[in-house]
Amino acid sequence: MSRRLHPAVAGAQPFQLAERDPDAPLFDSEESRERLEAILSRYPNKRAALLPLLGYAQEIHGWISTGDMEEIAEVLELTPAYVWSVASFYTMYNKHPAGRHMIQVCTNISCHLNGAPRVLEEFLEQTGTVEGETTQDGRFTVLEAECLGACGFATAVQINDEYHENVTPEKVAEILASLDGPQGV
Amino acid sequence: MAYPYRDDRETTTILSRHMGEPEARSLNGWLERGGYEALRKAVAMEPDEITDVVKESGLRGRGGAGFPTGMKWSFMPSEPSGPHYLCANADESEPGAFKDREIMRWTPHLLIEGCIIAARAIRAQHVYIYVRGEFFPVIRILNQAVVEAYEAGYLGESVCESGWGCDLTVHIGAGAYIAGEETGLMSSLMGGRAEPWMKPPFPAQRGVFGAPTTVNNVETLASVPGIVMNGSAWYRGWGSEKSPGTKMWCCSGNLTKPGNYELELGLPLREIIDEVCGGPPEGRKVKAVLPGGSSTAFLTADELDCVTTYEGLQEAGSALGTASPIVLDETAEIVPAMRRIAQFYAHESCGQCVQCREGTAWITKILRRIEEGDGEPRDLETLYDLCDQLTGRTICVLADSVVFPLRSSLDKFRHEYEALMRRSPTVAT
Ligand SMILES: Cc1cc2nc3c(=O)[nH]c(=O)nc-3n(C[C@H](O)[C@H](O)[C@H](O)COP(=O)(O)O)c2cc1C
Ligand code: SF4
Ligand code: FES
Repeated sequence: MSRRLHPAVAGAQPFQLAERDPDAPLFDSEESRERLEAILSRYPNKRAALLPLLGYAQEIHGWISTGDMEEIAEVLELTPAYVWSVASFYTMYNKHPAGRHMIQVCTNISCHLNGAPRVLEEFLEQTGTVEGETTQDGRFTVLEAECLGACGFATAVQINDEYHENVTPEKVAEILASLDGPQGV
Repeated sequence: MAYPYRDDRETTTILSRHMGEPEARSLNGWLERGGYEALRKAVAMEPDEITDVVKESGLRGRGGAGFPTGMKWSFMPSEPSGPHYLCANADESEPGAFKDREIMRWTPHLLIEGCIIAARAIRAQHVYIYVRGEFFPVIRILNQAVVEAYEAGYLGESVCESGWGCDLTVHIGAGAYIAGEETGLMSSLMGGRAEPWMKPPFPAQRGVFGAPTTVNNVETLASVPGIVMNGSAWYRGWGSEKSPGTKMWCCSGNLTKPGNYELELGLPLREIIDEVCGGPPEGRKVKAVLPGGSSTAFLTADELDCVTTYEGLQEAGSALGTASPIVLDETAEIVPAMRRIAQFYAHESCGQCVQCREGTAWITKILRRIEEGDGEPRDLETLYDLCDQLTGRTICVLADSVVFPLRSSLDKFRHEYEALMRRSPTVAT
């Protein structure tokens, strides 16, 4: 697939939570500069491109480092402190590397009524981690999430960019097994 | 999948007719289903004519507040002195609501068409669709549809070769419920924290990038093409005088058949719960319902004969909100449920107003204490007190949102709170 994106959607690519190349600078290639220009062309000022660029950093690095924030601050002519104050407001921006599989279990009201706390417990137990932390091998991060907008399909679980619906504690093992290849890499 | 409740889709559905048909996602599939005909009609109309049809249809905003859409559009200056913007609010995060996601994932072109027509009515040159960042699969579908609409000339410099131009940009959020509040959304769109601002100025005076702006919900905009195509009298063929049309009902909680159902406004709430959704599982009884989502007041099992219009639910002491009934059956407990709701609002408070930031956190703490058996009778008075302090004193109504379920749960289910109170040490007699 060509990486050349229509400007209307250049700033709205879903995050890839799996880390790809954490050391690459954000705007070092022609492709990335094209992307930057496409995003900037959609807003009347530079500041408005901040969320799309934070999203872009996370898309290519899996998380947003202070180096990324400095780079973004520079291209948008903002201070790094301002960029940090915005990035810290939003829960989806990972300020630390996350596990390869970021598992978010909704425990909000409709899921709660359908046994979500037990689903969360089951994920924690089977991955052997505690809420909010990443397993030693870097495979899993398990989080308690707020409503995922799938309340009619409780319990809703989001794993990276996919939704799993109607999850029960019994289905957890099967879901975990499906995440990695046969060798469990 | 539970889309239309009755089988006669052709005659009773506007929004959900093509849900469940993957072909309807593509431009070709959409054109085969009559897509973009309403837009062709709209580009031949004057902006004010479009606004008038929508005004006459009585369509009310589906984002929660129910404000008449045509009237909102008419607040936009008719002689622009600079750019105008339309923001489509696709940040859907109210617990209980999951309709906008369904509209976008099955019929993205319906939303896009509604956006372009609305942009013409309010004289906007640019539409931003602000989509909740978590909706990855939906964002992919929407992006694809937007690119197709550009390629086919429904967006761009000359919409349907009319000479009138309109751009549309998909903008994604990053996990903040408060970005759904309209001024929070605009703060976020401008590259800031999603902090709401005090109104006035209203968005139609001074909105995003300092320009006149209209913010509309996805479902509101998706209702527009049908109205423009078929006229206001057609739309008024459903619903009541004050609540015309159909509405997506997002039904969740303890239900046999939860899901999204497009229903004419005005069915009895009991019918939606028992007949449309099959009632609670295993023949259990309903204990309580939050009829319009997590920020509306509880109704008890005896209060379900009200009709599901804006006015009907208001008379019943609650609200239509996002039309997202959350059903609690007899096995559910009110206090933990209320604690979970409060915890959400505490987590999502943007922190600008002291009452909201501190109040929602205290409420959660007290509820947790009661839930864990450590409450004291005077806690209930403190909770009532906090309800008073959180009402009508903050920049936005997030703070009020927690008060509606909380106060009603205290009024109607006091016995459940009292049953959990710490037993005072028994005094030997
Ligand atoms: C805390 C809060 C959260 C909100 N979240 C949403 C939302 O996610 N989606 C939405 O359309 N409206 C939401 N609203 C309502 C918007 O402020 C606004 O009224 C609505 O988008 C207007 O569109 P409408 O007139 O088409 O209903 C929220 C309001 C508040 C106070
Ligand atoms: S009421 Fe709460 S969410 Fe709304 S502006 Fe104030 S602190 Fe922020
Ligand atoms: S409450 Fe779990 S998805 Fe909405």
